[in-house]
Amino acid sequence: MNNVRRSLLKVTGSAIAIAAAGAAGMLRPMRGWAAPWNKAGFESKALADALKSLGAANASESRDIAITAPDIAENGAVVPIAVTSRIPGTQQISIVSEKNPFPLAATFDIAGGGEGYVSTRIKMGQTSDVWAVVKADGRFYTAKKEVKITVGGCG
Amino acid sequence: MAEPMKIRATLQGDTVDVRVLMLHPMETGQRRDGKGEIVPLHYIQSVLIAHNGKTVLDAQWSQAVSRNPFLGIRVRGAKAGDRISVNWVDNKGDKRTDEVTVAAAS
Repeated sequence: MNNVRRSLLKVTGSAIAIAAAGAAGMLRPMRGWAAPWNKAGFESKALADALKSLGAANASESRDIAITAPDIAENGAVVPIAVTSRIPGTQQISIVSEKNPFPLAATFDIAGGGEGYVSTRIKMGQTSDVWAVVKADGRFYTAKKEVKITVGGCG
Repeated sequence: MAEPMKIRATLQGDTVDVRVLMLHPMETGQRRDGKGEIVPLHYIQSVLIAHNGKTVLDAQWSQAVSRNPFLGIRVRGAKAGDRISVNWVDNKGDKRTDEVTVAAAS
């Protein structure tokens, strides 16, 4: 057995494996500069853990964040939520529904000419505070608004 | 496989108002079907919006976003004829990309 040849083969083998993994990464659709999907955050079951996963554990409250949402939503399966941040340098907005089984609903990274505004519709299991977590110039700010739910939308 | 999105991009001054409607079941993994079996998780995990090829929004979603998701954003520094493209990928690897041109203010 030629030991040098064996180890050489091993080295080339792993080099090919690494190259293949890199190529596979490149082939993933359009995920250029993006951060990887926040698995820990989306799987956390408590508000505090969700905030921690965003890095927003020590966020301060801000009056410059407006949450547009109904006071009472009859259908918890479709609750319109819009967040407007007037904080300069807003780079990320997250929407968190405190009493959902998994509170973190969505994170929006804003770049280029994107304004500090997102509008979407989420599901809410029960009456709860909805939090908007805004990252601006590397610091975190929050605001919250209670939405009353008549029929929950998780089932 | 995936249905086309409906995208509307309208100009207001130099800001474009982008509204996207995606067609997707957004299953939470908690719902039971007629036979009492849990419908497996199936939801959009990432959405990218680009303005003339430059990313302006990179969103990460959970199953808590409603069925047939709506997304609205605003982008500064746009003019009529600019391209807005939207791309989503779900947790099963299904994906869809659609593009529109910005319409002039009406």
